[in-house]
Amino acid sequence: MELVLIFLSASLVNNFVLSCFLGICPFLGVSGKIESAVSMGFAVTFVMTLTAGITWFINRYILIALGVPFLEYVSFIIVIASLVQFVEMLIRKISKPLYDSLCIYLPLITTNCAILGLALFGFLREYSFIENMVFGTGAGIGFTLALVIMAGIREELELADVPHVLRGPAISLIIAGLLALAFMGFAGLISA
Amino acid sequence: MILGLCPALAVTNSAVNALTMGIAVIFVLTGSNAIVSLIRNIVPKQVRIATYIVIIATFVTMVDLFLKAYYLELSKALGPYVPLIVVNCVILGRAETFASKNKIGLSFIDALGIGAGFTITLVVPGGIREILGMRTFFGIPVLGESFKPWVVMLLPPGAFVTLGFMLGAKNLIDQKIAERKRTANMESRIKLSA
Repeated sequence: MELVLIFLSASLVNNFVLSCFLGICPFLGVSGKIESAVSMGFAVTFVMTLTAGITWFINRYILIALGVPFLEYVSFIIVIASLVQFVEMLIRKISKPLYDSLCIYLPLITTNCAILGLALFGFLREYSFIENMVFGTGAGIGFTLALVIMAGIREELELADVPHVLRGPAISLIIAGLLALAFMGFAGLISA
Repeated sequence: MILGLCPALAVTNSAVNALTMGIAVIFVLTGSNAIVSLIRNIVPKQVRIATYIVIIATFVTMVDLFLKAYYLELSKALGPYVPLIVVNCVILGRAETFASKNKIGLSFIDALGIGAGFTITLVVPGGIREILGMRTFFGIPVLGESFKPWVVMLLPPGAFVTLGFMLGAKNLIDQKIAERKRTANMESRIKLSA
């Protein structure tokens, strides 16, 4: 039950993009088309789950064991950067078509604040290993959801008559605000 | 303006938080720009990004520990967004495009300028959201009791909408300036032909 709650909380109630403001850059950058939004979402979910697992081990068995928790930012960022490289090589070996569809997004993920935010949030909330993995997957799926909804709206938006000064990022941000309002409705899900 | 959006949205629920974040960014930016420009000739090209990130992360850790030691309340309010300065594209961008090619003095001044601009773009939405959401500005009441606070401005949707309209306003101003230039050009051309 606890795990289900963590999953729902990370994906819907505390959606990373719409209520924690993490990963806004790709959210605005890649949400032009639904297909690329889906690929980006899956890439992020994959990396997030892996990061959640690995940073948990690093935190517990290296940083805390050696008594150097102040090194967490330096070590997390190095881990994430090398993990993304590793995932890139792995996907290239395993599946060529998957690699071709994801390869442009993978370097973007390194500088995605959602991944580092995930590691830090997991650390702050003192999750256990399984909880942290579920949290990572949930956050990734929440990110994908927000990205795909946004991409769908923006595809429709091309036909809409938007005031001239609000075209581009401005209208995307306002739409994101409305989406965030809608997602606030999920808040009742957990407390009830 | 679009770069470094995450903190711009997350910490701008009050002017004080926004200002703190801005100062933290100025410190990290000047520190990392100075170091990067000092070591720009020593670091091999292949590992430069990784090196920059480690330098930035070190400065961020310093800021974070400083805030925790002297301003615990602020540090709690900003939460994980101080460590997230590490992945702020503005800082890495300046290190890569400016500090790695210029002398230390220039890099330092560049960092101060960019940091100040970033702080302003944080404090403006922070101020707007604080005034509309809590009737105060830097904790001082500015709107009378009769104004009902818009709580939604303090919540995530308020952040997105405020920033969206700010971008719109900026576009409008840019457009007006471009128009004025065009008319000025036309006028001077008319004068010349006359």
